[in-house]
Amino acid sequence: MEQLIQQLVNGVSLGSIYALIALGYTMVYGIVKLINFAHGDVFMVGAFIGFYSITVLDLGFLPSLLLAMTTCAIFGVLIERIAYKPLRNATRIAALITAIGVSLFIEYGMIYVRGAQPEAYPNNVVSIKSFEVFGIKISGQSLLILAVSIVLMILLQFIVHKTKIGKAMRAVSHDMDAAKLMGINVNNTISATFAIGSALAGAAGVVFGMYYTKIDPLMGIIPGLKAFVAAVLGGIGIIPGAMVGGLVLGVIESLVSAAGFSLWRDGVAFVVLILILIFRPSGLFGKNVKEKV
Amino acid sequence: MNVLKQAKGFWFTIVLAAIFFVVMQFLINGEFLNPFYVNTLYTIGINIILAVSLHLVIGITGQFSIGHAGFLAVGAYVSAIITMKLGLPFPVALLAGGVVAAIAGIIIGIPTLRLRGDYLAIATLGFGEIMRILFLNIEYVGGASGMTVSHLITWPWLFGCVLATIIVIVNFTNSTHGRACISIRENEIAADAMGINTTYYKVMAFVIGAFFAGVAGGLHAHNFYIIQPTNFSFLKSFDILILVVLGGLGSMSGSVIAAVLLTIITAFLANYPELRMVIYSLVLIVVMLFRPQGLMGTKEITAFLKMSKAAKGGAQDGSRHTVA
Repeated sequence: MEQLIQQLVNGVSLGSIYALIALGYTMVYGIVKLINFAHGDVFMVGAFIGFYSITVLDLGFLPSLLLAMTTCAIFGVLIERIAYKPLRNATRIAALITAIGVSLFIEYGMIYVRGAQPEAYPNNVVSIKSFEVFGIKISGQSLLILAVSIVLMILLQFIVHKTKIGKAMRAVSHDMDAAKLMGINVNNTISATFAIGSALAGAAGVVFGMYYTKIDPLMGIIPGLKAFVAAVLGGIGIIPGAMVGGLVLGVIESLVSAAGFSLWRDGVAFVVLILILIFRPSGLFGKNVKEKV
Repeated sequence: MNVLKQAKGFWFTIVLAAIFFVVMQFLINGEFLNPFYVNTLYTIGINIILAVSLHLVIGITGQFSIGHAGFLAVGAYVSAIITMKLGLPFPVALLAGGVVAAIAGIIIGIPTLRLRGDYLAIATLGFGEIMRILFLNIEYVGGASGMTVSHLITWPWLFGCVLATIIVIVNFTNSTHGRACISIRENEIAADAMGINTTYYKVMAFVIGAFFAGVAGGLHAHNFYIIQPTNFSFLKSFDILILVVLGGLGSMSGSVIAAVLLTIITAFLANYPELRMVIYSLVLIVVMLFRPQGLMGTKEITAFLKMSKAAKGGAQDGSRHTVA
């Protein structure tokens, strides 16, 4: 029983990382209908920026987090402006292939620049002691991850629902042409979406690095794909869906590991994906939309 | 008359292929080519099969599948089991690899091909990863450390497989079934409305593609001495995808040309794998930004040889953004 709850706690920490990445996927998909494959690599870049700002610039946890988020936001906007914007009216497949290309470019560009060797994240940045509740040991790291995620998600909800840019984002995702006619600057809104999504991915990168302590240039692939699964699970394009999807996926994975199938862990996410696509393609929170001819 | 002309073109191609075959056989047997070039030649052949089989799924039927490495893995492992564990001859292994991959194609195709566009892409990607993890966890085939396979590939077998793949897929494309597949690519809803059983044709194209990918897997396994699950990650799927996209979605000759060119480039950049991937990805982005229809568009090379006549296969109107 204790073991189970322990695994649940781990699952929630892992799941909140997935949720942070999934938010970026789901926002971008909701607004431009593009699976931004490069999102997992923005996450990787965030982890590296966090690493270098902690080790080289000697910053604390919070400044590093903010630095990683800002840089990733700029990086995300650059990707959007250079690679995706010219393709906004192209076919979906062209955009998808470009996204794959950007993803490979970031990964191997990174390897080309700094080599493929992994780095070990310093684990003494934040000193939160682990403590026990009812005999269950909860590590400070996982609490930190949870706290960071919750704060960022509340912030995101605030931005999306209470600010002008959030209103514009919702309008553009609802109907891009109508939003344009209402005088919304669609280009800026899309860039803002990329910026926010990438900043969340950057934050996820830093907390991922602190939790797993090992980062390398190809680390973004699998979490990125799984976060996409999480986004689909919750219903792609729906922000609360991504949060719930991420948490559910994290918990499922931890339970599978706990059941002794840790080698199958990576496969589970994809099985979940295929099952959800077959039985409920609109996701847990999605509504069924009839296709018009 | 037209039939006669087509038949003439067919026999002309066969004769050319036979001459090419004999010349290469002579060069290999006489050891005029060093092993590096022979190996590159084999890799080119395998990549041509992979590119052409994926071309049938993406280029002709318009179903965006990025899990082709999954079928490659199935073919590789099944054929390796047949030659190494059961001791059966190489041709049987190739055939069995193809058949099992085709069965996998049916199993995965029927549920996932109901999905469209991005969702299909992700589902097939997921399938490819599941296959890799499956082989990673089966101790019988060596798990993560992989399986050693003897080098049984020979030039006649490779050439025969490449030729068979190309002939089958060209004939399929030009048949009623191929036309049905092209109509699905152009507009699935309209094809449905015209009475085409879209699910049937989508699965059919997918299964044929899977079969040839499985055969390619058999050749791959018996060329590389060792197969490991990491060889079949989704980066491998992307490699195959790049061939099809660069060649032109909907152009078989384009896929073949891209397979030949990129394999040669890869062979010469073998010492700089990172640089190769950087160049690959840049090429992919630049091609999509400036020439999204790929090298050849939907045209075949025959269309360039005789400009005045309409292109065989692919879209007749030369439309560029046809793939959904």
